[in-house]
Amino acid sequence: MSAWFDYTVNGFVIGNIYALLAVGLALIYGVANLVNFAHGSVYVVGAYIGWAAITHLGTPLPLTLLCVVVVCALVGVAIERIGLRALQGSSRIAPLLATIGIGLVLDQVVQLVWSPDPRAVPMQVPEWRIAIGGGTIGALDLLIAGIGCSSAAVLYGFLRFTKLGWAVRATAQDSDAAQQMGVDINRVNMAVFAIASVLSGISGLLVGMYYNQINPAMSFEATLKGIVALIIGGLGNVPGAIAGSLILGLTESYGIALFGTSYRNLFAFVLLVAMLLWRPNGLFAPRRAAAPEPMVGTFIARSLPVKLPRWVVPVVLLAAALLPLLNQPYLLQIGANSLMYAMLALSLTLVAGTVGQVSLGHAALLAIGGYASGLLALDAGWPVALAIPAAGLITAGLGTALVWPAFRLTGHYVSIATLGIGEIVSLVILNWTGLTRGAIGLGGIPPLELFGVDLGSVQGTYWLCLVVLVLLALLQLRLLSSHLGRTWRAIRDDSVAARSHGVGEDRYKALAFGYGGFAAGISGAITAHVYSYINHETFGASLSVLALTMVILGGMGNVLGAVLGATLLIALPEAFRALAEYRILIYGVVLLLLIRFRPQGLMGTV
Amino acid sequence: MLEVQGLQKRFGGVTAVADGALTLREGELLSIIGPNGAGKTTLFNLISGLEPPDAGSVRFQGQDITGAVPEALAALGIARTFQHGRVFGNLSVLDNVLVGAHTRLRAVKPALPLLGPLLEMALAALRPPAVRAEEAALRRDAEQILARFGDRLLPRLHQPAFSLSYANRRRVEIARALALRPKLLLLDEPTAGMNQTETAEMQEVVADLKRSGLTILLIEHKLEMVMRLSDRVLVMDNGRRIAEGLPQQVRNNPAVIEAYLGHRHAGAEPVS
Repeated sequence: MSAWFDYTVNGFVIGNIYALLAVGLALIYGVANLVNFAHGSVYVVGAYIGWAAITHLGTPLPLTLLCVVVVCALVGVAIERIGLRALQGSSRIAPLLATIGIGLVLDQVVQLVWSPDPRAVPMQVPEWRIAIGGGTIGALDLLIAGIGCSSAAVLYGFLRFTKLGWAVRATAQDSDAAQQMGVDINRVNMAVFAIASVLSGISGLLVGMYYNQINPAMSFEATLKGIVALIIGGLGNVPGAIAGSLILGLTESYGIALFGTSYRNLFAFVLLVAMLLWRPNGLFAPRRAAAPEPMVGTFIARSLPVKLPRWVVPVVLLAAALLPLLNQPYLLQIGANSLMYAMLALSLTLVAGTVGQVSLGHAALLAIGGYASGLLALDAGWPVALAIPAAGLITAGLGTALVWPAFRLTGHYVSIATLGIGEIVSLVILNWTGLTRGAIGLGGIPPLELFGVDLGSVQGTYWLCLVVLVLLALLQLRLLSSHLGRTWRAIRDDSVAARSHGVGEDRYKALAFGYGGFAAGISGAITAHVYSYINHETFGASLSVLALTMVILGGMGNVLGAVLGATLLIALPEAFRALAEYRILIYGVVLLLLIRFRPQGLMGTV
Repeated sequence: MLEVQGLQKRFGGVTAVADGALTLREGELLSIIGPNGAGKTTLFNLISGLEPPDAGSVRFQGQDITGAVPEALAALGIARTFQHGRVFGNLSVLDNVLVGAHTRLRAVKPALPLLGPLLEMALAALRPPAVRAEEAALRRDAEQILARFGDRLLPRLHQPAFSLSYANRRRVEIARALALRPKLLLLDEPTAGMNQTETAEMQEVVADLKRSGLTILLIEHKLEMVMRLSDRVLVMDNGRRIAEGLPQQVRNNPAVIEAYLGHRHAGAEPVS
């Protein structure tokens, strides 16, 4: 029994930590209709500021907390300025993408300043534990519970009794009306981002103390867990977010007790997807068939695609085909890499740009393709030339089936659901040891060959990728110029109007994900054969964000743009190799600048 | 052709439609008028499948269509426009109208699970002569529909809809609905935001559609247009029908004057 008591205490403590994250997300969502994907990055900033204050300055706990509060509040204000205020009046997906960019930048800054290695946060709380009913409660548990509960109380008082608190609530109900009544929306947003970021930063510090370890990579998980708790409680519902966090904390804790640690995140994400499917408005809202769509207005930037002179594409293509003759293996290596990423970008530009389903789990399609082809070649003994197209088909089918339940979701919910589904895929790969070899990964995948012709060389890989990419791009252009193209874009622009004219959404979303899955699966399969080793982390979530950056750089829905975006983002950092360390930082900054100054991308949205 | 009985819809505690009832005969034009918030648009949404009703029934050509999804209703030949105009902003004028013809495409017909969509994709990629001919025919048809609006839209065939004026977007919406070859057309304030000349033009277009035998359900605030076009007028207030009859009868009905026309004397010309 005592173990169960400990698990309960543990679940409650973790729940409190999640609550500090989720409450901020709920507040931000309430006033700005925005899921802040940079939230976990602030949490990491908080953890590192706390660590730095303790180790470099030797601050006592109250002073450590104060440092965290001040720095995180400033970061919050900055996020509001860059991610929200600067984007007023732009397309409705812009702020969401901007917070992703800000998150990338913050993570990289932390990593550059404090290195990616884990750090131990010195314990600033006495080590005693009280024995209660067979289990124990430590001082830190009490501190976390205390901070959790007192933050909730302070927040309640703030929202209920202060003028700014009223303004926050008024803005959450109807920002236009609040503005009419003289509420300074920008000030409200700034205050909310500051408060939310402070809570998130404190949460990061407490987690650092609780697990006695911090690293920059924990931001992604923190964002996800906060969002899961938020969804359980209902978007924008502050008390719901607290309840959702406790439910999530306890579920995880009991889940670990029953099944072991490696399943921990699986519970969170399965819970997420289940909530999105059955109760998209949260546990505490009356059930409604359709999730409310907060994002109104244009989905993507309005623009016309850039028209190139007719000779450009053939000439570039010819140059690309002749590149191997230069006999520069390094250049070819980069070229082949760009081409593999371009296939991924083609897939995502169709799904996110043409159909408007901004997938944040697209790397999972690569993983499915890579594993399918690798396993077919290794375990079933298929020739590589058959395994790769088969992997494309498997990814098309499996990918579509996995996203199928999310088809009825829109806007933010699609992004969150695909993020969760992507994580589930990666966790299943990790845990289904019998099929995937689990954490050991898939080694010795045979090199590329086409019916006996060895393509394992750099030239071979490059040419194969070029041919496959050109075929995929031509097919995609062909589909876009047919009735499918206009039907997909109609769903993106206004799904209600499209349905009223007889367009069944599910069918066309499935076709888009099917084709997208095929292209991404082929890309993953080729990657697997080129790398010869893959594991569950080869195709991580950062790859999904990179793919999205490529798509935005090229122009949402634009086929040529996707290829251009992939080439630029892969090739340019190589050209400046001295900057290799800053590569991801550059991606983040590029994303932010694009969203602000050229939302239609280089080639224009289609 | 259309029979609506006892429709009810509540949002939270507010009853938007308390007792929606109407019948529409083939070739008839029935106008629904009433003050703002009377429940006209909600009634439209209930009939066109955008919201499921809480109670009541809708029958179309003898078939029960209560609570059917919009895409099924479109396949039956019911087309609608929206109060504030919902064109596909990034699509060209022509593509907007062609999306309206979606249900007429042969490629989208097979409803077989899995096989149907795959076949559709294959046809879209390969485009055999039959598919190309069908597309060309639809294109000609779309241009003919757009020609109803004179020179307003034809010169802008390939412009994206977001670049159009408000009035032109409303026209595109109607053209898109007509491309479905509807048996029943639901028009929600087609002249909202239009000036007098544009309203007169639109009135002519609707009159023309009526002459061609199309059955039309019209929500409209501009009474002059309602009186001229309608076979019958239905007046709603507070989610229920307060009067119904020939335009002249309705105009003289005291309940209607009280609820709706009475506002005129307060100096508020019905604004769109």
